[in-house]
Amino acid sequence: MDFGYTDDQRQLRNAIRKFAEAEMKPHVMEWDESQEFPIEVFRALGKLGVLGAVFPEELGGAAYSYAEYAIIVEELARVDPSIALSVAAHISLCANHIFVAGNDEQRKRYIPKLATGEWIGSWALTEPESGSDAGGTHTKAVRDGDVWVLNGSKTFTTNGQIADVCVVMAMTERSASTHGISAFLVEKGTPGFRPGKKENKLGMRCSPTNEMILTDCRVPTSQLCGKQGEGFVDALRILDGGRISIAALSVGIAQGAFDAALHYSKQRKQFGRFISEFQAIQHKLADMATEIDAARLLTQRAAWMKDNGIDVNKESSMAKLFSSEIAVRVCNEAVQIHGGYGFIKDYPVEKFYRDVKLCTIGEGTSEIQKLVIARQLLKSDLPHA
Amino acid sequence: MDTATSGLFPRSTIESMPAPPLTHLSEEEKLFQASVEKFTRERLAPHARGMDAAGVFRKDLLDEMFTLGLMGIGIPESYGGQDGSFFQSVLAIEELAKADPSASVIVDVQNTLVNAAIQQWGTDEQKGRWLPRLARDTVGAYALSEAGSGSDAFALTTRAIQDGSDHRLTGRKLWITNAAEAGLFIVFATVNPGEGYKGITAFVIERETSGLAIGKKEDKLGIRASSTCEVILDDCRVAASNVLGEVGKGYKIAIETLNEGRIGIGAQMTGLAQGAFEHALAYAKQRKQFGKTIGEFQGVQFQLAEMATDIEAARLLVYNAARLRDAGLPFLTEAAMAKLFASQIGERTASRAVEVLGGVGFTKDYPVEKLYRDAKIGRIYEGTSNMQRMTIAKRLLERGEFR
Repeated sequence: MDFGYTDDQRQLRNAIRKFAEAEMKPHVMEWDESQEFPIEVFRALGKLGVLGAVFPEELGGAAYSYAEYAIIVEELARVDPSIALSVAAHISLCANHIFVAGNDEQRKRYIPKLATGEWIGSWALTEPESGSDAGGTHTKAVRDGDVWVLNGSKTFTTNGQIADVCVVMAMTERSASTHGISAFLVEKGTPGFRPGKKENKLGMRCSPTNEMILTDCRVPTSQLCGKQGEGFVDALRILDGGRISIAALSVGIAQGAFDAALHYSKQRKQFGRFISEFQAIQHKLADMATEIDAARLLTQRAAWMKDNGIDVNKESSMAKLFSSEIAVRVCNEAVQIHGGYGFIKDYPVEKFYRDVKLCTIGEGTSEIQKLVIARQLLKSDLPHA
Repeated sequence: MDTATSGLFPRSTIESMPAPPLTHLSEEEKLFQASVEKFTRERLAPHARGMDAAGVFRKDLLDEMFTLGLMGIGIPESYGGQDGSFFQSVLAIEELAKADPSASVIVDVQNTLVNAAIQQWGTDEQKGRWLPRLARDTVGAYALSEAGSGSDAFALTTRAIQDGSDHRLTGRKLWITNAAEAGLFIVFATVNPGEGYKGITAFVIERETSGLAIGKKEDKLGIRASSTCEVILDDCRVAASNVLGEVGKGYKIAIETLNEGRIGIGAQMTGLAQGAFEHALAYAKQRKQFGKTIGEFQGVQFQLAEMATDIEAARLLVYNAARLRDAGLPFLTEAAMAKLFASQIGERTASRAVEVLGGVGFTKDYPVEKLYRDAKIGRIYEGTSNMQRMTIAKRLLERGEFR
């Protein structure tokens, strides 16, 4: 087993860190306040090759492994979790669904545009009444000659209003339940397809989250992505990978908050000493660093398994569950170490504290991760096999 | 502890009384709680989100809090107050926090810090001058912290220089709750920096006093409707009649008021947790997934059970500390425990409530989003969690045992 990064991976990490520090860091609070997504940063990430991370070079991708993709998400999140979230939804949900389930023609049409950042992608599964219970989809698609007619509304769609293409899950055969759901590629500007309400959120505020409304939206049959009735099965596979994104996102947030807390503790003086000289603070820092390391290892293991074609259903859930929970805790302690200064918007931990809560909710709540893990454990006689 | 003589009953009476359950309220306490509950539900809750977004507390609601007597709960009737117990202040702080922890901290600072300090340490002349105003229409603020002295409170550098019988104050106070609205400030300054805590003196300063100015208003994570500002003193001249207690004895006032104040913050965090829990419970009963309400799933049931148990434990610690204080018994360790524990529960419960609500809990359309942000301050102000641990540990090691 090799626990270290390769030279290439280290270089990748440094390059992304440099970009995030230089191009993102000075603007983070301004984007948070305005809730405006900085498209120019997205385009710049496209130029860097980040947005085509896991896709082959012939489709305009960078042919990175999932382990490398996790490094990218982590480094972006360390500076601005909102940007990392939008990037993750773009790559591991939208583009990856098209790459995994789509046909050659669809891959060629969409992946290069998404990989360069010319287009932005989104992915719409959740509905008001079907969150954790994703199989309870109400949005329906009815065949009418050589088009499908889509009706319904999706909620909590990351990148919704800025996306050029959206993977929409809709019911094509009600009686078949989860095997009656299909995926459709719906482009921005398609008549009958429009973003609805933009959510006003606790955190991740510059990453737009929208309702997406479909009213007699007609798409050609060529826009069906994957086999008819297999949309939900594909979505679950996509989410297995998506959870690695959220795990990496969590690790990045925790690292960002920890770095800020460590720095602060070394310059803040009380009772005539730096607060880092007090054991109470030292122990907090030690706990935080240990938890972050454990979370990163779980995340990288899941990524490594995925890269090696091993089923990651349980391990990606473990990585997501653990990383998101410790990230919430680490951000909490980071604010605590800053004291009053952590509660105001002049220091970065205030924003990390708000952003991080998404991680225990998005792409499957912690409760759902436990359900997935438990189901796998009970299915197998050898839980450690 | 001086408060041992200021309780409602002599110690001998208390010790001969059968102990009622801590959460059992007297008729008077029940009526009082019901009136605060009604105000919270009907008047405060509908405006909580708007005030959070604006970062300003509504003047009409502040006026109503004065009219209801919430700003002078413990002030004697002869000074225009409610003549209530410390425990009643705690009930009010808890109740208000269910819907708006900002309203709660306004009432908390007024009653447990400002009013309490003037009641306990003021001369009859000073009480007559300030208490009726504090009960009627004047918000008070308590200015101890500075940029370089947070937990290390007595490292403060605001200087008071004697000039005849007056003092001239110069320095900058930070994190002053209620400062934007306040008409009266209790300001801690040192008359002799070389003497450490022994130079610290408390002054009561009126807002109009020349040389006192309100500086930067902080842009905060939570309790956004409650103002937090810098207070700047620039050669601010105050008369000898504005010194609270004795010159050089201000540290005693600070320590003792903060000892009581902690119980208030414990109450605020208990109320916040209760508010978040009630939203989570209501949502769990109506949200359906997988064909059932989510309240029917054991995973959610267990979350709710733990939240309710946590809140009950926090409330018991807070009520016990408050009732000890009213009975004139020592409460220092219990108050620190109440604040330490209740603020942890506030944070954990708000976080769990957001999660029970899932995606909608992350949006501003449901009140738990705000409570989640508001909760974090509980472990910071009026002594961080680490400072509470220090207080508790110090007492344990001094006495060798607890109880």
